Amino acid sequence: MDQPKVHTELLPHLFRQEYARMTALLCRHFGLEHIELAEDIASDTFLRASENWALHGIPDNPAAWLYTVAKNKTKDHLRRLSNFEHRVKDSIRQDEALSEPDIEIDSKIIEDSQLAMIFAVCDPLIASESQICLALQVLCGFSVEEIANAFLAKKETIKKRLHRARADLRSGKFQLNALQESAITSRLDTVLKTLYLLFNEGYFSKSGSQLIRRELCAEAVRLTLLLTGHPSTNTSQVQALLALMCYQSSRLEARLNASGEVILFEDQDRQLWDQSLIDRGNFHLVNACNGEEASKYHLEAAIAYWHTTPTGKNKWEQILPLYTQLLQLAYSPVTALNRAFAYAKVYGNQAAISAVHNLNLTENTYYHALLGNLYTGIDKGKAMEQYKAAIQLSTSPVERHTLLQEMGRVAGSDL
Amino acid sequence: MKEFALIFRLNDIADFKPSPEQMQERMNWLAGIVAQNKLVDKGNTLLPTPGSAQTVKPGNVVTDGPFTEIKEFVVGFVVVRTADIDEAVALAKENPIFKIGGSIEVREVLKQA
Repeated sequence: MDQPKVHTELLPHLFRQEYARMTALLCRHFGLEHIELAEDIASDTFLRASENWALHGIPDNPAAWLYTVAKNKTKDHLRRLSNFEHRVKDSIRQDEALSEPDIEIDSKIIEDSQLAMIFAVCDPLIASESQICLALQVLCGFSVEEIANAFLAKKETIKKRLHRARADLRSGKFQLNALQESAITSRLDTVLKTLYLLFNEGYFSKSGSQLIRRELCAEAVRLTLLLTGHPSTNTSQVQALLALMCYQSSRLEARLNASGEVILFEDQDRQLWDQSLIDRGNFHLVNACNGEEASKYHLEAAIAYWHTTPTGKNKWEQILPLYTQLLQLAYSPVTALNRAFAYAKVYGNQAAISAVHNLNLTENTYYHALLGNLYTGIDKGKAMEQYKAAIQLSTSPVERHTLLQEMGRVAGSDL
Repeated sequence: MKEFALIFRLNDIADFKPSPEQMQERMNWLAGIVAQNKLVDKGNTLLPTPGSAQTVKPGNVVTDGPFTEIKEFVVGFVVVRTADIDEAVALAKENPIFKIGGSIEVREVLKQA
């Protein structure tokens, strides 16, 4: 392999994959209150790798190389610490000074500590936007700058969010070495919500970069898959969430054009949909069915199913009751508007317009965009007016661009 | 709403082990039912192979498999929830089992009051 690739290709990839895992593993050893120490050792390890590999080439098993170095660095650290303590206390107890606490490393332990770390990060007390930042940093190995890019936020803002969240994480004293059933029960809802938001952050990203979108979505899927690998976290809701992510991911390539603009569903090239992901979605959707009450994730996965079936016959007749159920389960303005759109598809625009007006969500971009869409072909003036209102409210450049295009379409039409 | 068991039968034991494509077709069919919120129980597959199937009869008689006497043998079932039997039959018609000469028996589940 060409040497320059160490820096440009292999290392960033490995870094993402292994940095977070290594930190979780080391935290299991040191305790979460010493997360900074764990991160320092992990960073040092990768620094060593970038220097060493550039000179000597990539080792046969890069991950094993990294873990050996991390292990040695940890031993060095503990030895220094104990030497120091002994000198200060002036009490020499050879047996303790020489015994090196061994860090067990195998794939099961690495996986277990990652899983436990997910539950540590998803503390219900941490605000959800901070939690996603924390998840990206601690679970996915993103830098502050990368997180800021993904959110189109200032680095300082992200730093502030992280600072507070990390303080909570350290003081939370969450036990990483033995993930308790009680912790799973009390936090699984928060874990699912965080993974769901992480995925959506990628899928509906404010950032126009397809790379960032793909990475956020892939990370959410990776972490959700981790939950399915453990009997006590592999619940029907987790399966439903994974099904939803698979269906949505299948359209990821078709949703944006080369310059990062959103392509509306109707205009997408279906050849670009990833059938293997749709198949996986189907598999998880069936797994999610256990006769119990359908959760929000079940319903959203079912809706996503209808958007990915090739036939699309009676699609909206199927989707409308699912949105109605979803609305009853958890009201949100977006769900109400999505339901109204499905309603329009089944009963016609005219019938839906008054229903949408009744929602009266005048501060919502999508509310005006939807009305603009519904008025198109009925009342050109009102359609333009609504699109204008939507554009004024929108904070995302990508979204504004799409809305401008829609408005242009209306302006050019006859009616 | 009523519940109906869809009972799957095959003729040829060679068809029992499906190809990955056939498995995927089945899964896609089932997912369509889940997505309509009509699946009650995803049921089970029943192994028809020697060593996995025996039939017990009166007089302490045990025979191997169901395949010695019955031409069609049961390979599995699912339970769906629909308004009436017509709707359950419509769901069954979409199943890919007919491509390999199988059949589906649709039976209403008696609900205990």
